[in-house]
Amino acid sequence: MPDLGKYTVEVSMAYGVSLILIFLLVGVSILQARRARRALLEIEERRKSDG
Amino acid sequence: MSLWEYANPKKFMQTSGWLLPIFAVSSAVMLTVGLVWGFFFTADDYRQGSTVKIIFLHVPAALMAINAWFMMLVTSLIWLIRRHHVSALAAKAAAPIGMVMTLIALVTGAVWGQPMWGTWWAWDPRLTSFLILFLFYLGYIAMWASVENPDTAADLTSVLCLVGSVFAVLSRYAVNFWNQGLHQGATFSVDRETNIHSSYYLPAYLCMAGFVALFIALVLLRTRTEIRKRRLQALLVRERLA
Repeated sequence: MPDLGKYTVEVSMAYGVSLILIFLLVGVSILQARRARRALLEIEERRKSDG
Repeated sequence: MSLWEYANPKKFMQTSGWLLPIFAVSSAVMLTVGLVWGFFFTADDYRQGSTVKIIFLHVPAALMAINAWFMMLVTSLIWLIRRHHVSALAAKAAAPIGMVMTLIALVTGAVWGQPMWGTWWAWDPRLTSFLILFLFYLGYIAMWASVENPDTAADLTSVLCLVGSVFAVLSRYAVNFWNQGLHQGATFSVDRETNIHSSYYLPAYLCMAGFVALFIALVLLRTRTEIRKRRLQALLVRERLA
């Protein structure tokens, strides 16, 4: 960890909040993508089996 | 080969399927290297101390906040003029990413502003136009969620996007237009004399490239999700009617 001097709180806060927001955005996007893919696969399988 | 081929959802899914991992991996590599370089291996500024390290997040996030809106503007215009569904869905997919980028720019700006300006917030032209841009993002996302008919939602949000573009332009050029307030002008310049030192701009450019790649990867991923959701809806309606 570099010595951030008297601005340790500010710099850490900026990096912490930004990285949390980026990870949340990526995580939610992946989760939604997986959910949509699974739901579509299920219904397509069902339609195939129903003929 | 024409660009309009990608208006076909099938073609878009095929191409984005192999483009997505390329952009995802390159953004992860560039962001990791850029942020580690910027955070651990750059010197403190003689006036701003270690707060200068916030530049590696603040500037790329602000850059993407504005450019995400311009991407939405272009895709919204394509929807309004040519009625290509993929372009409307791409605009919808980009909005939450732009919203998060604007929020990061606002938060990091406030955290940086407090020790440098002595205040978290000021009604400065650039800060205010960024806040309005953030509110436009929220309104845009809310409008997509509140209108049931997808084509009507695409029409209304496209018009909202055209209006909001005024604030995207203001966010970029507010400092030049009004020449007042606390926020400085451009930090990065092609002029060697006014540009920041190479020890800062090299990791900063890497972070900017990383944010651009992250934005493209997320837009591709989220547009694919929207296309799948649209197909799912169509199949469910067909099942109900059968």
